[in-house]
Parts: sequence; structure tokens; C-alpha cells
Amino acid sequence: MTEELPADDGARGLALRRVTVRHGAVPALSRVSTTFPAGQISCVLGENGSGKSTLVALLSGLCRHDEGELLVDGTAVRFRSPRAARGAGIATVWEDLAVAPLLSVWRNFFLGAEPTRGVWPLRRLDLDAARETTVRAMARVGIADLDPDQPASRLQAGERQSLAVARAVHFGARALVIDEPTTPVTVARQTLFGQTILDARSQGLAVVVITNNPRYAHLLGDRFLLLAGGQVAGELTREDVDADGLTALMAGGDQLAVLTAALTELHPELGER
Amino acid sequence: MAGRLPAPGAARGRWVLERAVARPSLPALVALGLVLVLFALQAHELLSARGLAGVLDVAATLGIGGVAVALLLIAGQFDLSVGVLAISSAAGTALLVEHAGWGIWPALLASLAGALLVGVVNGVLVVNTGLPSFLVTLATFLVLQGTTLAGVRAIAGSGRIAGLSDAPGWSSAEALFGATAQLGDGRFRVSLLWWLGVTAVATWVLWRTKFGNAVFASGGARTAARELGVPVRRTTVALFCLSATAGWLIGTLGLVRFGSVQVGTAGLGSSIDFIVVAVLGGCLLAGGYGSALGASIGALLYAVTRQGITLAGWDPPWFQALLGVLLVVALVANAVVGHRLKGVPRS
Repeated sequence: MTEELPADDGARGLALRRVTVRHGAVPALSRVSTTFPAGQISCVLGENGSGKSTLVALLSGLCRHDEGELLVDGTAVRFRSPRAARGAGIATVWEDLAVAPLLSVWRNFFLGAEPTRGVWPLRRLDLDAARETTVRAMARVGIADLDPDQPASRLQAGERQSLAVARAVHFGARALVIDEPTTPVTVARQTLFGQTILDARSQGLAVVVITNNPRYAHLLGDRFLLLAGGQVAGELTREDVDADGLTALMAGGDQLAVLTAALTELHPELGER
Repeated sequence: MAGRLPAPGAARGRWVLERAVARPSLPALVALGLVLVLFALQAHELLSARGLAGVLDVAATLGIGGVAVALLLIAGQFDLSVGVLAISSAAGTALLVEHAGWGIWPALLASLAGALLVGVVNGVLVVNTGLPSFLVTLATFLVLQGTTLAGVRAIAGSGRIAGLSDAPGWSSAEALFGATAQLGDGRFRVSLLWWLGVTAVATWVLWRTKFGNAVFASGGARTAARELGVPVRRTTVALFCLSATAGWLIGTLGLVRFGSVQVGTAGLGSSIDFIVVAVLGGCLLAGGYGSALGASIGALLYAVTRQGITLAGWDPPWFQALLGVLLVVALVANAVVGHRLKGVPRS
């Protein structure tokens, strides 16, 4: 609507234009404009309550924007449910992994988007296709020899994360939203996870990683979006900032800048460090 | 990660065993076997055609309601209004036939529509208010019970409406809901076929359709289901409609069987029975786990115990005591299974 808008409107990927999301009267996101281009990894950083979760919910269809526009490959969309978002090729790895412990692995994999065959009164799950696809997709994220019929509660924490990632990779044709899971996993698993993210980028997906860890973000990310109080506090690229800078921004943001300025004024020798 | 377990065969075998133990219906099946042996020794008539017909007659009605309630329990909801809905819909049908002069089929369709409306109200209230379904359906129960009693007394003059068998279409309704078959000295009722049909369809729906997946996910992991776009709200409302339909079916079976309906203060008893049956069949009260087949086995267990105590000549209150013991055992077994299934292994 105004000249502040990002220039690459027609570009592939996701974009937000002056998006406001309110929970009740409180805006959780307030006039946020940004882009998550295809073929790049965008990291979203911010404290708790900065609007990260709302951004995830918005991109994956769990909540809807009250103002502004959400663009997918240049077209304004308004997802009615997470199913609609997944239908549009935006898949999410949720912070809680969204795994139902009592359901089998393949039921978890396809939950909400099950393959079926037959016509309505007899429309049934396509069990063989579902099992086969699950085993193949899990093998792609490094879990071989998996019994797709075992309940997800029998998986180890890391394997559950892999299940969530494999599912997102399978359904994410356009974009991958990764709300960094908080479950502790091994370094090897984390490496595989990172590998998956990089693969998704090279396949031309728009990858959005929501994280608390600036060093990890700098390792993977091409672009960094800093959120604070539901607003964009900064948008940087890899060229603009190094890992330490990102950490500093993340830790204090403008409070740190104010503190630095105040200290430098009182003790000029600090500025020379 | 890539390496296999040291003894894949052994691990696989243990897993198959575990899966068998984890079947929701297994404890009920074991208990059913024990109770059958106990009462076969105490009362030989139980295993005669006549005794079996009696058991299956009790089990059929319980099973239809139990399966419907089991689906709701799996989805993490509760329904106390099934039992009273059976009486209300039967009374509604009877009033339309006797006092409005309708044929039996239009009256049945109208009462089915009424039952579905109750189901929709239950479901929408639960989904939109977030109130526990226990309380919502308790309120429904009270409203239905009061309305039915007062309404039938005001219109029919007493709590009993009889003489329905002259209604147009009665013979076809009787063929569908009231037919019997004589085998030996036992009289088997068509309600048995309805029960088997309901169990078979519910089992197929639970394990082989998207709806079934949504039912399991709604109860076992509601947040995950929401995040993945499973229509939790629609599934819940549909399930309340299903249990209302089961209530209507139970009422209709009784109405057609006797050609009359007696409205009394039935209390919560019959609704509680359905929940007891579903829990005996292995449904977790917390949701996410259970089976329709289990609920049907639970109904059989209930019926065998009740008929067995009668036939063995015990004082009937012993039934409640024994049922209570069975229920506690089932609850503990379910809790153990549920705890083990939900237990999250650490990485």
C-alpha cells in the first residue's frame, strides 16, 4: 500500500505486508512486513513473547491475520485451517512436534492428510501406500528399519523429531516452517536435521527457522528477522552481521545499545575498546 | 542410528507380545472367560440356548450404547445423555403415533431428527464453550428427563403409552426392529444383529477411515491434531450425533419390541452402564485409546455377570458388587496400559 513495502512482491516464497494479528485486544504481531524468499533460510529470532509463535501460527494456518496481507508466491492468501496451509505446500515442524503418542508412526505421519481410496461410504485409508511412504520418508531423514505400525510413544525423542521433520519435508512443497523443537537431541541428530534444512533450501523451498539460538541461526541462516514486542526490530542478511553481533542483538537489542551509549558517555575509554 | 538392534528377532517377538497385551479388549476378554467359567459351573442353564439368548439380549442394547460411548471416550469426551435419550425418543415416537395419528415411520424419522438435534446441541456446546462434556451432557440429561416426564404426563395423562401396534407401517418396523428367531428353546432378537452391525461398522470406521484417525487424535493429542489441521470440532460434534443416534436406536428397539413405552424416573443408571461397558472394554477415560470391539466384549461381560447371578440364584445386589470389582480391575489395568503406552522414553 505504501512505499515501505518490500520490492520483490512477485517473487517466489512467503511475504507479509503490514500484517497485524490480535489475540483479543492485544496485538501479537503489529504491522509486520517481511519476506521469506524461496531458496533461502530465514531465521526468526526474538525473546519469548516477541511474536515468534504467532508468526508460526499465522504461516501454518493456525491463526489468521486481522489486517494486512499474507502472500504465497505473490498471491494473497488467508488460510482457514492448518490443512489449508499444508494444502498450499507450507508444512510446519512444531515446537511440540505435534506427534500423537498413542497412534502408530504412519498414522502420525499422515494425520490430517491421509491418503484414501474408494468412493464415499466406503472411502478408506490406503494403508499400503501410507506405510510405504512413511518408511521411505523416514529413511530419507536417516531412520532406517522402522516398523511403521509401532506407536509413536515407542520412538525415542530424537526419532520423534525426525518423524516431525520427515512429515514436514514430505508435505512442504513450497515452504518449510521450523519452530525449533526444544527436545534435547544428540549432535548427530542435530546434524541430520541441519542437513535436511539445507537440502530443503537447495530444492528451492522457502525455509523459515524460528530459534532462540543465534549461533545456530548464523550457522544456517541467509537472512535474519529480529522480532521484539510483535514488531520487526531488525532485518539482516548474512553479510550484515556476524555470529557475535547476532548474539548481542538477540541478548539486548536496543537496551544494550542504550547501555553502551550511556557507559561510553560516562567513561569515554570504553568506546576505544 | 543406522545400526540394528543386537537381536532384531527377539526384539520383534517381544514387540508382538507387547502389542497383544496392549490390545484394549484383552483384559475384558480374559475377564469374560473367567466369568463364563465361574457361572457355567454355578448355573448350567447359562450356556443353554435359552440362557444365551437372555445374555445376548441384555448385551445387545448395552453394546449399541457402549460402542457409541466408547467412540466418544476415545475422542476424549463423555456422554451421560444416551440412556435418557433412548426413553425420550421412544416417548416422542409413541406420542406422535398415538396422539397425532402419524404412521410409525414418519414418527421414527421425526424422533431421529430430534435425537440428532440433541446430539448437535451437546456437541456444539462442548466445542464452543470448552466446558467438560460430563457437565454439558449432565445438563442435557436433566432437561430431557424432566421434559419427557412432564410432557408425556401432560399429553398422555399417565407415564405409559401403549397400543402402538395398530399404527400404519407397524409390520415393516417390527420386521426391522422387533423380529425374533427361535433356535432351540432360545428366542434371539434382531437387536443382536444391530449390535453386531454397529460394532463392525464402528471398528472399520475407527481403524480404516480418516474419521477414525481424527477420533483417536482428538482424544489422545488434541494440540497435535489442531496443529495438523485435523477437524477436531467437526469430529466431536459428529460423535455426539452418533451417540444420540445410538440412543434413538436403543429406544426404538425397545418401543417396537413392547409396542409401548413406559416413562419413569430412570435416573442416570443406564447412561452410567454404557460408560462402565466402554471402560470394561479398555477405553481410557483420558481419551486416545480404546476399541469398539472392546466395548462390545465389555457389554458381554456385563450381561454374562448379570444373567449368571440371576440364574445361579444369588441375591441380585451381588451383581453391583461384582460389577464394581470388575470396574476397578479394568480401571487399574487401563491405567497401567495407558501409562506404559504414553510413557516417553528419554533419548
